[in-house]
Amino acid sequence: MGNFDRSMSLAGEPPKALNTGQKLAVLVGMTGMGILILQLFNLNLGNSALWLTISIVAIFTGIIWFSQAAYAHKHKGIKNDGVWFKSISSRGVLAWMGGIALTGFYIVLYFYPQYLGLVKDGDNTGLIALFDPLSKGLSGNPASQWFVYGTMYTVAILAFGAKFIWKYRHNKYEQLRTVSVMFFQTAFAFFIPEIMARLNGDLPYYDLKNMWPLNYYNFERYRINGFIDSGSVGMTMLFFGIISIFVISPFLTYKYGKRWYCSWVCGCGGLAETAGDSFRQLSDKSKFAWKVERWVVHSVVVFVTLMTTAVIYSYLGNDSSKYWLTKTMFISGVAVILTAVFAWVMIYKREELAKDAKYGAIGYFTIIAVLIGMHFFSDSANIFIFKAETLRTTYSFLIGSIFSGVIGTGFYPILGNRVWCRFGCPMAAMLGFQQRMFSKFRITTNGGQCISCGNCSTYCEMGIDVRAYAQKGENIVRSSCVGCGICSAVCPRGVLKLENGPEKGRINSQDVLLGNDVDLMDLVNKK
Amino acid sequence: MDHIVIIGNGISGVTLARHIRKLSDKRITIISAESDYFFSRTALMYVYMGHMKFEHTQPYENWFWKKNRIDLVNGFVEKVETDAKKLVLKDGSSISYDKLIIATGSKPNKFGWPGQDLKGVQGLYSKQDLEMLEKNAPNKKVCNRAVIVGGGLIGIEMAEMLRSREIPVTFLVREKSFWNGVLPAGESAMINEHILEHHIDLQLDTNLEKIISDENGRAKAVVTDKGETIECNVVGLTAGVTPNIDFLKDSGIELGRGVKVNRFLETNVKDVFAIGDCAEQHEGIGSRRPIEAVWYTGRMMGEALAQTICGNPREYNPGHWFNSAKFLDVEYQTYGWVFSERSKNDNEHHFHWRHASEKICITVAFDKDSHQFLGLNTFGIRMRHEIFDQWLTENKDIDHVMTYLKDANFDPEFFKLYEDEIIAKYNADFNKNISAKKKSWKRIFSIA
Repeated sequence: MGNFDRSMSLAGEPPKALNTGQKLAVLVGMTGMGILILQLFNLNLGNSALWLTISIVAIFTGIIWFSQAAYAHKHKGIKNDGVWFKSISSRGVLAWMGGIALTGFYIVLYFYPQYLGLVKDGDNTGLIALFDPLSKGLSGNPASQWFVYGTMYTVAILAFGAKFIWKYRHNKYEQLRTVSVMFFQTAFAFFIPEIMARLNGDLPYYDLKNMWPLNYYNFERYRINGFIDSGSVGMTMLFFGIISIFVISPFLTYKYGKRWYCSWVCGCGGLAETAGDSFRQLSDKSKFAWKVERWVVHSVVVFVTLMTTAVIYSYLGNDSSKYWLTKTMFISGVAVILTAVFAWVMIYKREELAKDAKYGAIGYFTIIAVLIGMHFFSDSANIFIFKAETLRTTYSFLIGSIFSGVIGTGFYPILGNRVWCRFGCPMAAMLGFQQRMFSKFRITTNGGQCISCGNCSTYCEMGIDVRAYAQKGENIVRSSCVGCGICSAVCPRGVLKLENGPEKGRINSQDVLLGNDVDLMDLVNKK
Repeated sequence: MDHIVIIGNGISGVTLARHIRKLSDKRITIISAESDYFFSRTALMYVYMGHMKFEHTQPYENWFWKKNRIDLVNGFVEKVETDAKKLVLKDGSSISYDKLIIATGSKPNKFGWPGQDLKGVQGLYSKQDLEMLEKNAPNKKVCNRAVIVGGGLIGIEMAEMLRSREIPVTFLVREKSFWNGVLPAGESAMINEHILEHHIDLQLDTNLEKIISDENGRAKAVVTDKGETIECNVVGLTAGVTPNIDFLKDSGIELGRGVKVNRFLETNVKDVFAIGDCAEQHEGIGSRRPIEAVWYTGRMMGEALAQTICGNPREYNPGHWFNSAKFLDVEYQTYGWVFSERSKNDNEHHFHWRHASEKICITVAFDKDSHQFLGLNTFGIRMRHEIFDQWLTENKDIDHVMTYLKDANFDPEFFKLYEDEIIAKYNADFNKNISAKKKSWKRIFSIA
């Protein structure tokens, strides 16, 4: 393959061919994948439980063996040699093939699950049937396309998590963080909901770590009914869903930055950090991308807020004698909360907001205007001309399926591993807002030690130009930072450190000491 | 309006241009024959190793220059006519200036070795050097072995680069231990070990005698002063750098090894200045050398000169010495002065601690009589720049540094901390009874 031109003419032949161990590992892993693909074509292999076990074990073994062959014989330390020479990690042929295959898989998964073997009112066939024994063992129910996906997702996070831990074995922060996402995926996203379903059939499937607005469907009518009908357990979960938005997550973000969620807990982040680690250098760092990012991600927040409000509004009543929460009360409550947040920011955090103020203002006024419109100019189900349900299905299709799945993950090998987190995730945007406004978290830069080499910016999966701050000696306080810690890890001069320090002095506009005498720096800073 | 012309688009020239633009509206032109846009040459190694593409080494997007009205000229300056205030370029065109700044950096040293100009023999400094290395050593099939001559920072980086493509490397170092003119013995010994761990054939106390040519004028082997002949396809010359100032010979600008400048970075000719690697102070500032080919000093000179040019005459007055590097997998930082056995004076004493199994160590220099803290070298532990700067300014003694060492740690969260171990060794070595104070944000921030 012509690597010569692709890598800016300076880099020649790829130095990294696979070693024998890696070749064998690929063979084993691909055999595991092969079993799944055979199932996909409905070539029934017989004993599902056995073949599924063989397949998953083979995939696991393949990935872990590959990592062992890649890293075990090397010294611990940053190992990014040849990343830009390899087809898979430099937008080469393999990357495009991988991207298209993944995207295709997502399209089938979301929109044509029958091709995976999902049968309504009957026994599953094909790939999904292969997973039936596991699903029945856990929840008692036959598998669905989501169960297949969930299982593969968990396998990916666990196996590539092991690879990640191996690669960064010199770095305790990276290791602990990865163990954490592996745990939350396996326990909270995979096993606990399945077991809860077995214990209490009426309870909605609930991944407790997955909160609104990422979990945008949490307050839909069927879920609320499910919670209420399940007695105290259900009510506890409903209550937890609400306080996680208003209390737990702001508190943790205040203490640790949004990384407690995005890099330690979240499943989307978990996949991005493990299976997506090979693609972090592909994120676009241009100023243009940054502008697009800010508009898109905040628009999604506005969209999801409106959608959720409309959905809840649509099933509430007007009669206060029947139920304490009426449409009027609810809409007023939402308006009050939004106004309070908006006013607090405008009064106390004005300076920090400056440039972002207009986005905030536009978003705020849009939501309030639509809320008022909803209440006064429409009958119960409509917001102006849209039905709440239309709004919900539109969000679910555009954001929930196309953005978070098809583009967000399918395009890992082309656009980088955090496309969804960066451009689409309303949760990341909200936590980011909290991180920017009130948090102890920042990335500290170490005095004048930066040599502008660009490793930090290149390996920032969120497309932040970390170097731009580091070379000025400025702390990095960005709402998009997910605190993955890789900038600090790849810095050859030890310039960057993720810290939860005092809020005072967190945003320092001074150019710190770049080495010149203090007098001169005073002068520079005053200008 | 003043026309400021800067020759060289490295860190000093570009820092100067940026700061002039911050402070004024002057017309600015940067001339470079090396690259169209500013890039970080310290990152060239990562391009060869495949960590980054060349464009990633450019700190500013390409639109930045036009937006900030900094004109970029791709050209090679052949002659400076200071009387006419004019530059003549290789293509015959000329550019006139009101103020001229020479920021042309360095070129690799060549000490007159026989065969030093053969094909396959090269240094590693410029973008062109990297392109040449790509041709000379694209992989281990084309390059069966490389010999690197010169035991410094560029040499070890070049060895790391070649090893990333599994090319066998022989590393000839004149000294008895790697970089021991700069590093104290314990540290130098540790890096020797680390070099060997990376399967680099380190030959200490060995000089290059000559480079032998094949029938096509390409290097095919080197002969050492130990009488050994080492077959190779590439010879890396990394025995330091020299100011890149050949084009100034007949300009009337006073030259030593570099362009002679005073503390205002002025040359002997009015309106001509020099900064960065190519500038030579008449006398070293403090313990510094007259020429400092270091990224950070280039940047500081750029900042200082921008003030002078914009009407705030400022001496170049570098603060406390600091530097950093990475030896393969081991990070190195230094604050203040820690001299090697070869160059330290009788009053400079060292406290050295090294981890039992990892490549981690620190050395603290202090005055034998006053116990004043002089400086610190750290390997494999990151330290906070501001804290050491403050301690040096306040002339703290070594006991104070040890007591509050936890404040200075800059390693990522959850990393193992070694302060207690370090302080225990300090107490044992000097019969002291220091106990470490817990890290305090309050102290760190009242300082920073």
